[in-house]
Amino acid sequence: MSLFKQITDKPWERTGIIGGLRAEGTFSAPPEKVALVFFLVAASIVFSLFGVSYVIRMELPDWVPVSEPSQLWFNTALLVVSSFLFQRSKAAVSAGKKSVKSTFAAGGIFAILFIAAQMVTWQNLQAQGLFMTSNPANSFYYLLTGLHALHILGGLWVWSKSLLRLLSGAKPEELRLSIELCTVYWHFLLIVWIAVFAVLSNT
Amino acid sequence: MAYVPLADQDNEADLHHPHSWVTKYVWSQDHKVIAIQYGGTAILVGIAALMLSLLMRMQLGFPETFDLIDPNAYYQSVTMHGMIMVVYMLTALLLGGFGNYMVPLMIGARDMVFPFLNMLSFWFYLASVLILMASFLVGGGPTGAGWTLYPPQATLAGTPGHDMGIILMLMSLAVFVVAFTMGGLNYVTTILQNRARGMTLMRMPLTVWGIFVATVLGLFAFPALLVSVIMMTFDTLLGTSFFMPAIIESGTALDHNGGSPVLFQHLFWFFGHPEVYIVALPAFGLVSDVLSTHARKNIFGYRMMVWAIIAIGGLSFIVWAHHMYVSGMNPYFGFFFATTTLIIAVPTALKVYNWVLTLWEGDIRLNAPMYFAIGFIFTFIHGGLTGLFLGNVVIDLPLSDTYFVVAHFHMVMGVSPVLVIFASLYHWYPKMSGRMYHEGLAKLHFWITFLGTYAIYLPMHYLGFLGVPRRYYALGQTDFIPESAQDLNAGITIAALIVGSAQILFFINILWSLRNGKKAESNPWGAASLEWQTPDTPPIHGNWGKELPTVYRWAYDYSVPGAKEDFIPQNMADADVEMESKSD
Repeated sequence: MSLFKQITDKPWERTGIIGGLRAEGTFSAPPEKVALVFFLVAASIVFSLFGVSYVIRMELPDWVPVSEPSQLWFNTALLVVSSFLFQRSKAAVSAGKKSVKSTFAAGGIFAILFIAAQMVTWQNLQAQGLFMTSNPANSFYYLLTGLHALHILGGLWVWSKSLLRLLSGAKPEELRLSIELCTVYWHFLLIVWIAVFAVLSNT
Repeated sequence: MAYVPLADQDNEADLHHPHSWVTKYVWSQDHKVIAIQYGGTAILVGIAALMLSLLMRMQLGFPETFDLIDPNAYYQSVTMHGMIMVVYMLTALLLGGFGNYMVPLMIGARDMVFPFLNMLSFWFYLASVLILMASFLVGGGPTGAGWTLYPPQATLAGTPGHDMGIILMLMSLAVFVVAFTMGGLNYVTTILQNRARGMTLMRMPLTVWGIFVATVLGLFAFPALLVSVIMMTFDTLLGTSFFMPAIIESGTALDHNGGSPVLFQHLFWFFGHPEVYIVALPAFGLVSDVLSTHARKNIFGYRMMVWAIIAIGGLSFIVWAHHMYVSGMNPYFGFFFATTTLIIAVPTALKVYNWVLTLWEGDIRLNAPMYFAIGFIFTFIHGGLTGLFLGNVVIDLPLSDTYFVVAHFHMVMGVSPVLVIFASLYHWYPKMSGRMYHEGLAKLHFWITFLGTYAIYLPMHYLGFLGVPRRYYALGQTDFIPESAQDLNAGITIAALIVGSAQILFFINILWSLRNGKKAESNPWGAASLEWQTPDTPPIHGNWGKELPTVYRWAYDYSVPGAKEDFIPQNMADADVEMESKSD
């Protein structure tokens, strides 16, 4: 039954069991996935509100345009690879392959490399004398990249737990859901990163 | 992996049955214990906030007599009273408390889908409360910036608690948002995916609908609070200028430059207005169920009630700037926000009509919960009507900084939800404790509270019309305020002291009844919804014994023509309903 049909139902007109022999969730997805989707919506609201704040702050007279460091393109590539590897490991589990360990591990490692590269970029900026308080564009730069990195760290925590289980001999099928959710989360973070990059480049 | 619906993976052995006192009552993963932990903590901080309001009232009513607080302490009390009541008391009690207790029971589930996350949610909430309370102990005391924490004044010398107090407040709010998100993901997922067999969305009691939509609002609105808290913390601790304009503090220019305080206001109210409905919608749901049960009648216009909850939830995101008319804005914006604000009155009024029509020709049982529920209809109409005044820009501008606004928001989101909370606590007390409360004491509690709140807030409207400004420590000599305003103020204070102390009756009642109350039957009100059909009262861990309930009807089959009893439980099949014999 479609969601619209469900909430236009007249419940007083019909008694008896509605639906099949089993209890039915509103979506045919595991609860973890439903919760993740709601979390992703909440997280994208956080990032969009920062984006809106950026645009509003940009209009104010003291704004100094700062061009983004070109390393960011390299960093972006690292994150794209990371996301791609997660996609590969998800596809591998779905296809029932036994060897997901290395792709799954590599996906996380590229994410770690991305964070490391982001930190190098921070240091380069600071070496140029562009600190958090130097001007509002820099404040937003550190804030948004930092927040994005924190989200990746959160994902890496889940990733490391799954990886440890894989390394200690768990079968890939058992971790199918974790791998799938990690992949969704990584794609989300890639999209957020591209949006953050676009917003920051708009000076 | 084939998809197996959650409620079908039912396996009692999988539940984390507690093994010791500590896992049962402290580190508990049972939604009912977590609900009581949440509710208990919320009530405790609520009492603290009530004390603060009484301190303020004594200062305002008898400025010459009492010397309990100085102006700084007054502002700190205003701030802490507001923030605690809105966030740490009402939100936590309605969603953390009632949300946790009611959701799994009403939809026929054994527990929340993520019990561990649920437990974490409570402990993060407790941490946020402790951080907030710690601000009473640090140098400078808690922040006195007003509950809206507007920069730049919140962080400037001259505002009490501008150093540590405000930092602790911001930290505490951030932790609270984390706690709420963990709890909120749980409620939403549980309601969507873990309903019993036959429990369609439109068979859910309105309580669950209210909690569901309020939780979605919270998940989408608390991010705005988090964003503003993060940027304000950066401004305060690291010296950035997101919100802080160029400003001179006691003769020295600060390093800030060019930030936008109005941006903070937008972000804050983008959270702050949905927050009103995060509190109101669960209350709407709870009161609908109490009214319907004690009127022995199905709720009038169930579908409209559900749609109104959804419509109010949606609209609540596009009205926020009506809190900012006095900040100045483009007249077209003002026009837009005034219009949306008045439109939100339509679904809200619809709900009020439906409550009244539910009572119409009902077989009303005047039990204590019903007193409070009917009292709520009065106070809510009052608070709602003054909202129509304040929603208009031209009326809001002169009234905004007066007691009229204080009266309005206390009526609509102070007294009204609190009356619903009392109604619900009395209504579900037999299920939660297995005992009946003392009816007479509960009714006495109602009359003092209900009449007392009118004695407090009705005169405030007149003070507002006179132009008595809110947020003032003492009125002093003013030409436009007559002397008699002070007499009214003194009267309000006396009423507030009486109402405040009358709440002791409630605590005496529930604590005394816990041991000495009459043993409650499993369904003393003859209610149709699932939480009253549990095999044990109070429900034990796992809620339903061996088998999960199957749902055959909606939650409001009261006084069904032909049926022998005046209610039919949701889990009773048509074949099992006893009918009146034709020969009568």
